[in-house]
Amino acid sequence: MANLTLVQAINLALVQEMEKDDRVIILGEDVGPNGGVFRVTEGLHKRFGAARVVDSPLAESGIIGTSIGLAMAGLRPVPEIQFDGFLGPAYDQICSHAARMRTRTRGAFTVPLTIRIPVGGGIHAPELHSDSPEAIYAHTPGLKVVMPSSPYDAKGLLISAIRDPDPVMFFEPKRIYRAFREEVPEDEYTLPIGKARTVCEGDDLTIVSWGASVVQCMQAIEKSGKSIELIDLRTIYPFDMDAVEASVKKTGRCVIVHEAPKTCGFGAEIAARIMERCFLYLEAPVQRVTGFDTIMPYYKLELEYMPDTARIERAIADIGAY
Amino acid sequence: MPFKTVFSTEIQHLSILNEHGKFDAKLGKDVIPDQDLITLYEQMTLCRHLDEIAFKLQRSGRMGTYPQNMGQEATSLGAAYALEKTDWLVPCYRENCGLFYRGLPMEYILLHWMGDERGNAIPRELYMTPLAIPIGTQMLHATGLAWAAKYRGEKQIACTFFGDGATSEGDFHEAANFAANLDIPVIFFCQNNFWAISVPGKIQCSAPTLAQRGIAYGMECMQCDGNDIFAVVKTVRDAAAIARTKSRPVFIEAVTYRLGDHTTADDARRYRDQAEVDMWKQRDPILRVRALLKEKKLWNDSKEAALKERAEREITAAVARAENITPPERADFFNYMFAELNSDLRMQRDTMLTHSLGEDPSQIESPAAASSH
Repeated sequence: MANLTLVQAINLALVQEMEKDDRVIILGEDVGPNGGVFRVTEGLHKRFGAARVVDSPLAESGIIGTSIGLAMAGLRPVPEIQFDGFLGPAYDQICSHAARMRTRTRGAFTVPLTIRIPVGGGIHAPELHSDSPEAIYAHTPGLKVVMPSSPYDAKGLLISAIRDPDPVMFFEPKRIYRAFREEVPEDEYTLPIGKARTVCEGDDLTIVSWGASVVQCMQAIEKSGKSIELIDLRTIYPFDMDAVEASVKKTGRCVIVHEAPKTCGFGAEIAARIMERCFLYLEAPVQRVTGFDTIMPYYKLELEYMPDTARIERAIADIGAY
Repeated sequence: MPFKTVFSTEIQHLSILNEHGKFDAKLGKDVIPDQDLITLYEQMTLCRHLDEIAFKLQRSGRMGTYPQNMGQEATSLGAAYALEKTDWLVPCYRENCGLFYRGLPMEYILLHWMGDERGNAIPRELYMTPLAIPIGTQMLHATGLAWAAKYRGEKQIACTFFGDGATSEGDFHEAANFAANLDIPVIFFCQNNFWAISVPGKIQCSAPTLAQRGIAYGMECMQCDGNDIFAVVKTVRDAAAIARTKSRPVFIEAVTYRLGDHTTADDARRYRDQAEVDMWKQRDPILRVRALLKEKKLWNDSKEAALKERAEREITAAVARAENITPPERADFFNYMFAELNSDLRMQRDTMLTHSLGEDPSQIESPAAASSH
């Protein structure tokens, strides 16, 4: 066991998968000698060489488009898109091709591709460096969408993503890249894509969240003093509705927390599924605590935008008392 | 003969005031009058000082991530000087010097990097677009802006700035292709500073020059020493004449160097040799102009000292204006979403302002009482 940050856990997962499988290669902007702008690929260029850790031209569509070709040829590319806000140029390749290749070729071609992207706000970053786009990709059929909230989960989920036969969007909440450390086994392990984690058990209310917001939820739960069950979705698509259902049927109350904008955020999908599956068990309306339907503000106001502990506490109080 | 040459070309590099301070009097004749040269020198010095102060502000926690301009002052400045005041400047994010020369108050740039969106509220009469954070996207906007001028029968052109890395983006191809094929008067001003964060130029372009990229689109291509204000001014002037009179795009490659890190979040020592940086420090665009001014007896140590004092005063004042601005209204980020805020966004705004949850309007009127149901 080693006490690792989320960045180190991802780095370890990459090292182990690259050692185990020479089909795994990394490409992206600054991922080589510089080790990525967040140092996630630190040391990999030196260890595995320039043929496997490739500094690409500055072109996101190119990074993903060529990764699709590499994957179709049987490799396991793990491209990095430097920031959430730079996914735009790659959107066409991700949604028009990576997501559809298996379907449109009747399985003749597949795209085992893991796209790593730092996401989310709260680090005083410039414009277009703080977005939370997970719902856009969850809404695109043919993609799996993963967002870990801890070093342990990050390692296990990334190894699963790399080994997955289909394209995975692997969103890394940059706010908690180095926020805390956790015991992470040295040995390789996988965590199933599509399985949630019950962070803490409780009887009064269920909170469903993912990514960096999970940390805020834990703080709010502690402050509330109530018996609250926290479910970290871990994978946004496919998502573990069984875990949510079981918990909400037990507690009768649910708050969903995410940083992305509210309208068509993934919380909307969870809320709708709860209506389908748990309607007669509900003691209160499902409540969402989310970002707003605005452009993510520059950093002077970013904390006004993000769902903070106070807003989550408010939701716990309101829904708990309903 | 089975083969014949159907096309051949060459790229010419223009240098007037070289890195050793040698001035080509013939080529440089009438490019920049002496009085203007002093102004341009002062402008570069002021910009350099702001750059140093901005770096310190970031390091002391008074500003967010900041991209230093150091070493590249002559490129955007030469362009802004050579163009008409109504020609569009369409920057990326390392063109402070040209933007300041055009009239952008320094505190706008500071505010932008201090995470304050009011730094982007650029007065329309300055004919410049806000900093473009994604790479290369603004070249298409420049093409559209120039297209609009052409459509209206105006003589206005656009000049868009980008780096070597941006020529790798698909948007560069699309902008160049639109401009060339639809006869749009736009200047593609590539500041080749050799590094896209840590990625060297050879990963972006395997051809001997970036300038020749424009040839494939059928546009005129020029290369100049981007650290030579005379060469930049003459090149942009020639390009602007082509754009204005022929309504054609032009590609300029200005060879320069990023003396600082990519941004304050970067550490260039990790990936490039100090020897290379030291070599380029000798080619500093400011040093050679100062040497020339001194040679022409237009500059001396007391003028230099006075300029340093002025820089200190003006930049201190700009920093004070940026730091002393009233904090943005909490709900400011709702205010510019649409011409008119819809009812749902109004509800969300009020939710934020009252720390309520927004599902029930009564919470907004009386947030404290909201949890009793």
